[in-house]
Amino acid sequence: MSAAPPPVIVGAGPAGVRAASVLVAAGLRPIVIDEAPASGGQIYRRAPAGFMRGAAVYGSEAAKATAIHRTFDSLVDRIDYRPQTTVWNLRPGRLYTVRDGVCDELTFGDIVLATGAMDRIVPIPGWTIPGVYALGGAQISLKAQGCVVGARTAFVGTGPLLWLVAYQYLKAGGTVAAVVDTTPFATKARQLFGLLRGGKTFINGLRYVATLRLKGVRITEGAIPVTIVGSTHVTALRWREASGREGSVDCDAVAIGFGLKPESQLADLAGVAMRWNDGQRVWEAARDRDGRTAVEGVYLAGDGSAIAGADAAEIDGALAAYALLADRRVTVPEAAVAELRTRRARLTRFREALDAAFPFPAALAAATADDTLVCRCEAVNAGELRAAARDLDAREVNRAKAFSRVGMGRCQGRVCGPVAVEILAAALGMPTQALGALRAQPPIKPLPMTAAVRLAAE
Amino acid sequence: MSATPAQFRRVAETARPRVAITIDGAPASALAGDTVLTALLVNGRRVRHSDFGDGPRAGFCLMGACQDCWVWTEAGERLRACTTYVADGLAIRTTPEAP
Ligand SMILES: Cc1cc2nc3c(=O)[nH]c(=O)nc-3n(C[C@H](O)[C@H](O)[C@H](O)COP(=O)(O)OP(=O)(O)OC[C@H]3O[C@@H](n4cnc5c(N)ncnc54)[C@H](O)[C@@H]3O)c2cc1C
Ligand code: FES
Repeated sequence: MSAAPPPVIVGAGPAGVRAASVLVAAGLRPIVIDEAPASGGQIYRRAPAGFMRGAAVYGSEAAKATAIHRTFDSLVDRIDYRPQTTVWNLRPGRLYTVRDGVCDELTFGDIVLATGAMDRIVPIPGWTIPGVYALGGAQISLKAQGCVVGARTAFVGTGPLLWLVAYQYLKAGGTVAAVVDTTPFATKARQLFGLLRGGKTFINGLRYVATLRLKGVRITEGAIPVTIVGSTHVTALRWREASGREGSVDCDAVAIGFGLKPESQLADLAGVAMRWNDGQRVWEAARDRDGRTAVEGVYLAGDGSAIAGADAAEIDGALAAYALLADRRVTVPEAAVAELRTRRARLTRFREALDAAFPFPAALAAATADDTLVCRCEAVNAGELRAAARDLDAREVNRAKAFSRVGMGRCQGRVCGPVAVEILAAALGMPTQALGALRAQPPIKPLPMTAAVRLAAE
Repeated sequence: MSATPAQFRRVAETARPRVAITIDGAPASALAGDTVLTALLVNGRRVRHSDFGDGPRAGFCLMGACQDCWVWTEAGERLRACTTYVADGLAIRTTPEAP
């Protein structure tokens, strides 16, 4: 066993931190890579040096954030931690990184991919006007920069994070112009029984909604976003109420979020099969309940493989590390693993209720107007995408990508992918999953020019 | 402070030391720990222009994923504004070269 190279963990969010902790306890010295300057991942992202608010920025999750940060700090001497390092490519047994413009490679035996998630977007006409932000981004700005993204911010989309971030803006002294949720109240109410499984998390959610209402924030549910108004910057958001009436609010910023999607590019490059999650309408990398994949030595944990939230990510991290150890013939504490699996299964059921309570509005995505930009990177609109599908008979998403350039830009379809498949599927009259998943291609994040030049010179 | 309206508003953490930068040649002020994107948007409303001429852009995901916030330094280096921190003397360009 001593000959085996150290295990590698990509991602130092709750999943990666818990995985590292289990591996260190077993006497290993994992390499932990994260492109962020500090550990914590998205939800427990740490503010830069010199910020004073401490754990208070994490609200109800402050204790968990502190626990994750302390755990990671206690491990730092016993792991090979590589912050500010982006993994931009992966081939079997080989990892390609870039830090400060300098490329590096490393050989790995076992790897845990804990790469987290990003916002899922449905393009609303006007969404490229300055002042429109992804919902999670609006939260990062507040937590890690002490800034709100506008003087008057409107929140549009659906999902628990929509209400959470609006609440956090209000608490921080920001002005919430409106919360426009595409999910009708009745859809949520129908999931009450399943949502109750969420316990404290569910109660907190109710508290956020109640506070927003109490403070007189304009709230509308079951609405359809119509347009973001503005030229050099946002000036208003317009929508259509469930009743058919037009709604509108003056604002200088809009935060859009329709749930999250996994950052599964590295798993894809590692050769892990993608599977369709019909409840969330996203492609995710296939793994078993312990994080094992069909590819030997490749383990997945956290929101990077299945969106289930921070508590689930912590459990996933530990389970993946135990799976890795078991596969190396290290004895693992069976009772502890069984307990983790039980807790995880409970969270999965809560997540399923959340997915049903805040469904991704696939029909809205599919109906994106012809002249609305779908791909910000390559400036491709929905009409061009539909034309590519019909005229060139692109019955597979990667063919459509080649024809239309959607998903070929710098972001690799991270933003436009989930919408592009809904538009294509509707245009072709096919089930969305029949189009397949957008394939990842290296570099999965653009290399700084200096790194690319250095690489080419080699 | 410049008179240009800002996109971002500071609501906390304002006691940090000031950092002097320039934006397209004009002196501007930021705080230690600001990302380049924050520095640009507390001083104005845009980060860059779309590569396709369809108008100004001001970042989007704020987490290093969408790549819609790449700017330049006076030295011609490219950097991702939302994941790069300001430093004293940083000279940012929101367009590829001096006009
Ligand atoms: C912007 C945002 C805000 C969120 N806010 C909340 C919230 O307030 N409450 C809540 O319950 N949930 C929130 N979530 C959901 C969140 O995904 C989970 O709660 C939790 O953070 C998942 O933990 P994780 O360890 O799986 O991934 P993350 O915490 O996302 O950690 C993944 C880490 O991997 C790193 N990484 C990814 N790709 C690479 C690469 N190629 N190279 C190097 N490093 C890489 C990232 O830098 C990141 O630090 C948020 C998600 C996002 C995207
Ligand atoms: S704003 Fe998306 S990468 Fe910077």
